[in-house]
Amino acid sequence: MQKIADINKTLVRHFRENKKQIDSFSPGFLQKLREDAMDNFMVLGLPNRKNEPYKYTAIEQIFQPDYSMHFSPSRVDFNVEDIFTCDVPNLKTRLEIILNGFYFSQDEPLTEFDNGMMIGSLAEAIRKYPELVKKHYAKYANYKNSGLTALNTAFAQDGLFVYLPENTRMEQPIQVVHLPMTGLDTLLHYRNLFIAEENAQGEIIVCDHTLSPFRFLTNSVTEIVAGPNSRFYYSRVQNEHLNSNLITNLYIHQEAYSSVTSNTITLHGGMIRNNTHVKLNAEGCENHTMGLFFADREQHVDNFVSIDHSKPNCMSKQLFKGILDDKSTGAFNGHILVRPDAQKTNAYQTNNNILLSNEAKMNTKPQLEIYADDVKCSHGATTGQLDEDALFYMQSRGIPRAEARLLMLYAFANEVIDYIQIAPLKTRINSLVDKRLRGELSRCNNCSMNCGEIQKPE
Amino acid sequence: MLKIKDLKVSINGKEIITGINLEVKAGEVHAIMGPNGSGKSTLALALAGRENVDITHGSMTYMGKNLIEMSPEERARDGIFLGFQYPVEIPGVSMVNFMKTAVNELRKFRNLEPLSAGDFLKFMREKKEIVEIDSQLTNRSVNEGFSGGEKKKNEIFQMALIEPRLAILDETDSGLDIDALKIVANGVNKLKSAENATIVITHYQRLLDYIIPDYVHVLYDGRIVKSSTKELAFELEEKGYDWIRSGMKNGESLNG
Repeated sequence: MQKIADINKTLVRHFRENKKQIDSFSPGFLQKLREDAMDNFMVLGLPNRKNEPYKYTAIEQIFQPDYSMHFSPSRVDFNVEDIFTCDVPNLKTRLEIILNGFYFSQDEPLTEFDNGMMIGSLAEAIRKYPELVKKHYAKYANYKNSGLTALNTAFAQDGLFVYLPENTRMEQPIQVVHLPMTGLDTLLHYRNLFIAEENAQGEIIVCDHTLSPFRFLTNSVTEIVAGPNSRFYYSRVQNEHLNSNLITNLYIHQEAYSSVTSNTITLHGGMIRNNTHVKLNAEGCENHTMGLFFADREQHVDNFVSIDHSKPNCMSKQLFKGILDDKSTGAFNGHILVRPDAQKTNAYQTNNNILLSNEAKMNTKPQLEIYADDVKCSHGATTGQLDEDALFYMQSRGIPRAEARLLMLYAFANEVIDYIQIAPLKTRINSLVDKRLRGELSRCNNCSMNCGEIQKPE
Repeated sequence: MLKIKDLKVSINGKEIITGINLEVKAGEVHAIMGPNGSGKSTLALALAGRENVDITHGSMTYMGKNLIEMSPEERARDGIFLGFQYPVEIPGVSMVNFMKTAVNELRKFRNLEPLSAGDFLKFMREKKEIVEIDSQLTNRSVNEGFSGGEKKKNEIFQMALIEPRLAILDETDSGLDIDALKIVANGVNKLKSAENATIVITHYQRLLDYIIPDYVHVLYDGRIVKSSTKELAFELEEKGYDWIRSGMKNGESLNG
């Protein structure tokens, strides 16, 4: 096994050797930013188990293989319709694909609408509107205290960019599909930036999938800026094969009276670590950070949430639920910081887990840091098995034990699914969860959103 | 319909039922009475097939089948219904969904088409009247936040939907006020027929004012110490369980 210091060195070497290519077409500020991020990475390195937030997740383990990296878009010739036909009924989405970390252009790299809305390639947005992007890029994703975010900031070249100007409302949700699809074990860094200006409203669904049977490690960063009085719904569905590892770093920055809901549904994958950082930067913000995960075999799912209440009169609610089977392991860490200024804060946190086997293991840790004296904060965590009394009760009404179990697990999961705002998506997630619970989603080289078969790229 | 022979039952290695014989025929109502800890609920759980209830000796035959070998759901499909002393709350599972699943499982077993959502709701509306259950309750999670009385009514409501052949009602009267008691008893009486049978487990004679039993059995220390007609219930109410206890001490035979 490689030592973490050696992995760090390899990553730095990759960066130095490919800096020129990474920087090609990037404006000066970005080139400098990458240098700065790499300098920080050299100090921070990858987090190890001695880092308290990574106590339960061995990041170095998933960095072990000699991954290849891509510094230019993959040239793959295919029709989007062939590769991905989403069948969420009645849900009209604008489908965007990020292929191996790069925006996959269907017609133009950046679509600009009459009302000023923009959807498309982040790299293109940086070239075309450097001032707009510069104002937000890497301003919320703090690469000075996270080695993984620093690494992404150094390597990331592209991803999805969404801009909603003042008083605009997206007519249909955007569905972004991240597809790693290469013929080698691959390390990917993609980067998303979503900006909602004052009074804007938008919905984005992010799906993480894999379509080829190689080992993948994705270390992504997404920044969401919610301007005053804006509404933003962010859902993600993680469904990858067992050799695929995922680190997501989500940074949400909220201004006055904005409301953001994020929903992370982890259906399948190898090792998954989701970091969600929320900064409530002005009065009257509302934040819902929700998550649901399923783990079996030797999977590991770790959700880390940190909510920063900086200003008074904000509300945050965290709800994370997990179902663990076989020898799987999970972790939840929910940090709530209430700063001295943030009077009248309402902050709630709940983490409930069900263990279906004797070997499954869950670590859960609430972490409340409160410096204001007029606040309402609560936290609660439970980990246990299915209620035998309830199972027997249902059996005694003629419901087979297996079905009774499903009913209960389904009910357990439903509390989180209920927070999904888009009704057809909710229906679809419901049926995916149902499939997952019935064990019909144990393999997902074929994407469970019912995409067709795809040939491997040459 | 049901034959219990020399039944002995243990829970966690402790023998609770020390030898019971009982026969229930179609059309009959049996009341089982007895003081706390005499084994009434254990007998009910043994009949319904609770896993941690160990049958150590004897037999239970139901409709010619060996009950001991059947899972709880198989017993339910064959028409055994247990009205729980403490109905279980199942958060997140709606009453409608729960009962629709149950009814359709039973229909499947009887080679009947499953009821559609619309047909099921209609069926449910008809049955609601039997126990005068609040319509709102069926939209909520199973028993969650129900009052004690509502939970018991809900048991009878489920019984009305399932239409069992053998209903075992475990302390269905406990915690009920007189109005609720009448409604519950009324529900049981309406569901009674020549083809089905009921075992009413109760602490007090009160319920038996409304549900008239054909036989009354007194359970004490894990066995039936006295069986008689319904008059026994009145005698018990008058003299209390101490009468049984002292009778036992004196070594008298109570089966007179």
